[in-house]
Amino acid sequence: MTKKKLTPKIDVRTLTMIVVLVVIWVAFAAATGGKFITTRNISNLIRQAAFTSIMGVGMTLVIVTGGIDLSAGMTMGLIGCVMAACQVWGGLSTPVTILVGLVLGCIIGAIEGSIIAYVGIAPFIVTLGAQLICRGGMLAVTKGQTIAPFEKSYVFWGTEYLLPIWGWLVAAVAIVAMVLLKINQRRAKRKHGSLDESEFEAVARCAAFAFLVLLAVGILNNFQGIPIPVMVMVIVVVIFTFISQRTTFGRSIYAIGGNISAAKYAGINVKKNLTLVYILNGLLCAVAAVIYTARLNGGTATAANGSYELDAIASAVIGGTSMTGGVGKVSGAILGAVMMMSIDNGMSMMNMDSYWQFIIKGLILVAAVWFDTQTKKAGK
Amino acid sequence: MADYILELKNITKEFPGVKALSDVSFGVQRGHVHALVGENGAGKSTLIKVICGVYPYGNYDGAVNFEGKECRFKTIREVEAAGIACIHQELNLVPDMSVAENVFLNNQPHRFGIVNFDEQFEKCRKLLSQVGLDVNPDEIVRNLGVGQQQMVEIAKALARDVKLLLLDEPTAALTETEVDTLLDLVDQLRKRGVTCIYISHRLDEIMRLCDDITILRDGQTIETRPKENMTKDEMISLMVGRDMSNLFPREPHTRGEVGFELRNFTVPHPDIPGRDVINNISLKAYKGEILGISGLMGAGRTELFTAVYGAYRTKGSGEIYIDGKKVDIRNPQDALDAGFFIVSEDRKKLGLNLIMSVKENTTLASLEKVSSAGVLNEGAEVAYTTKYVKEIRTKTPSIEVAVNTLSGGNQQKVVLAKALMSDPKVMILDEPTRGIDVGAKYEIYKIMNELVDKGVVIIMISSEMEEILGMSDRILTIADGEITGEFDAKEATQEILMRAAVGRSAT
Repeated sequence: MTKKKLTPKIDVRTLTMIVVLVVIWVAFAAATGGKFITTRNISNLIRQAAFTSIMGVGMTLVIVTGGIDLSAGMTMGLIGCVMAACQVWGGLSTPVTILVGLVLGCIIGAIEGSIIAYVGIAPFIVTLGAQLICRGGMLAVTKGQTIAPFEKSYVFWGTEYLLPIWGWLVAAVAIVAMVLLKINQRRAKRKHGSLDESEFEAVARCAAFAFLVLLAVGILNNFQGIPIPVMVMVIVVVIFTFISQRTTFGRSIYAIGGNISAAKYAGINVKKNLTLVYILNGLLCAVAAVIYTARLNGGTATAANGSYELDAIASAVIGGTSMTGGVGKVSGAILGAVMMMSIDNGMSMMNMDSYWQFIIKGLILVAAVWFDTQTKKAGK
Repeated sequence: MADYILELKNITKEFPGVKALSDVSFGVQRGHVHALVGENGAGKSTLIKVICGVYPYGNYDGAVNFEGKECRFKTIREVEAAGIACIHQELNLVPDMSVAENVFLNNQPHRFGIVNFDEQFEKCRKLLSQVGLDVNPDEIVRNLGVGQQQMVEIAKALARDVKLLLLDEPTAALTETEVDTLLDLVDQLRKRGVTCIYISHRLDEIMRLCDDITILRDGQTIETRPKENMTKDEMISLMVGRDMSNLFPREPHTRGEVGFELRNFTVPHPDIPGRDVINNISLKAYKGEILGISGLMGAGRTELFTAVYGAYRTKGSGEIYIDGKKVDIRNPQDALDAGFFIVSEDRKKLGLNLIMSVKENTTLASLEKVSSAGVLNEGAEVAYTTKYVKEIRTKTPSIEVAVNTLSGGNQQKVVLAKALMSDPKVMILDEPTRGIDVGAKYEIYKIMNELVDKGVVIIMISSEMEEILGMSDRILTIADGEITGEFDAKEATQEILMRAAVGRSAT
């Protein structure tokens, strides 16, 4: 057998998104006289993006199955208010309060998921209904008041930073893990003769990863360290990347989203797996709720005025998740979230009217999907 | 000289890799009912699509002359305006609209765009009485039976002042009495001067109704004759008549024990209450043989085995035995656990996840083999996939490429790899070589032989008579949901199978 030519695999999409992001950052930096790229602002921006990313991860899973969750924002809001009530009025300790929130997230997801999977009602409708119900629930719990303040140990999750030394440690662990994974993967592939990456490429990839991690930690440490929400996001993304790429459950949800009939024929338990996806999505809404309420230091019904589920959907889609299902990466949601938050943050820094934020975000969302359809056509 | 309303001259239509129609020429006489017959895949449906503009002018070679003029239809609207209407195998009605709305869909009597409902109602009532359908024009189409819906389709064609009506398998879903009504109606249309092209597998209907008969085979016109000069037997031999070439790697097999058995298996019709798609079928399949299942489209072959697999829309009743043990199959998971695998006829819809890689498709039905505690072992996935790629000689640049980049034959091999990995005891191959080239076909036959040698029960459903005769050791024919014949492959011929497959009167 002749030696196969190794063509470098370049993810055109991710690359384009990163280029677009850099262009946006440079433009804002120029327009704000450099204020946009102070370490303080970047730290702030990434923390905002962390919240949206966590919601976006859950949304990515849901969209990969071919579904949608319109209730994510309100679920998050409701859970936040319930946790506030638990701690402020009920006097529960922080760990118990958070546990209550996480369990509630799972329960809401389980109800939505089982109605979608077992009763067979369209996700759009079920989650639209759930959105209204959670909105009502939120108002009922708070009665329009702000439930505050939380204990210090709770507020920690939204406002604190890792000490710089810990940040460097995290970076080191991440880089070592990446290198070990790469070596392991290459060993397995070489054994089966399916190695499709040259030595140089592997080293270059690891080096690029290390550079980005060190750069990010350096910038964040230059301000106050890695914000706790960002740490939570990183953990969530690592866990869910593992779940989606490395487990039978993850494989099943891509199979369901890609071709539900073929998945059934292959003996996959479609209903069970679908329900589980919505449970995990609910769980992540609860994680986001902890960060949201900790940052505000209170539970209020203001979340009812937001459209956090739309931000999450936009993050997932800008991150490359296909609305038709079967395609999408959990990590893409970070990219999408950072892009959206950059626009929010940069424009408010420039003192532009907020309506511009909506208009530009809308354009970027549509452009991202247009770009996807174009690259797909070109690929055929 | 005969008065031809429609003349086809040297129609050729190619798809990538396949010549569906090659030099088809014949004429249809004004006021006649002209039958078009041929095996599955002979090119009838493609021809219909050429005539009624689904493939626009320029998409095929040759000429379609209608009323003496060459047609250059670009859109379906132009076809309709010329007076050609087609009633397809699958009905094209909007189920939740009323009869009148369907009959006048996109053709409503109107003034400045505002529909005149009174006029529509009245006109519809007249049309319905012409086709002998006694329902209220305001009735919702969903509430009608299939036969009645067919009449609505015909009324819809008449509303457009049709001159040439094409009927593609109009009786496939009808009951005996509905068939009679339909045949009478076509006869009346003929008396009123409407020309019809009638496609059917049911040769009795054709002998009863049609004036002329054109036989298609392998995309070519074999012959056009008036009915008087044609018998049913002649029709059958003209439909199938060709020599078996050396396309099949037949190997001697020794029949072993019974590996799979169905007892009194019945599957209710998913849409029509009271009817069965499969009616009390019992069959046995042995280890060390290839059991061929023959029959025409819609006979119930696929429905039978999809229902056994637990994937049909209705649940089958009856007993299923694998290796002598009774198994209870409620869904495909149970079926896979019991050692039953179906390689579906529609590999793109049911067999593969086209956007997933070769590796992910191969392991999809056996994820438990490449994982522990729910965590996938990529090394094991790669190992299994590589093994099957080598074993069945799949040509793919890498096991990581998406299967939609592979050729049809290699896609089918990925499905087979998925099947093999699940270690099936019984494997159903439903149209295993549909849409793939000759070389790949041969390889797939060889894989089947290898599986038989390993003791897997192989049941092959196929519409290609050659394939059935070339590969099977024993053949069952199914017609109208029942087994109509069992043959040793050595005794069977295409004529015998065709006779059994057209069912009913032939048996």
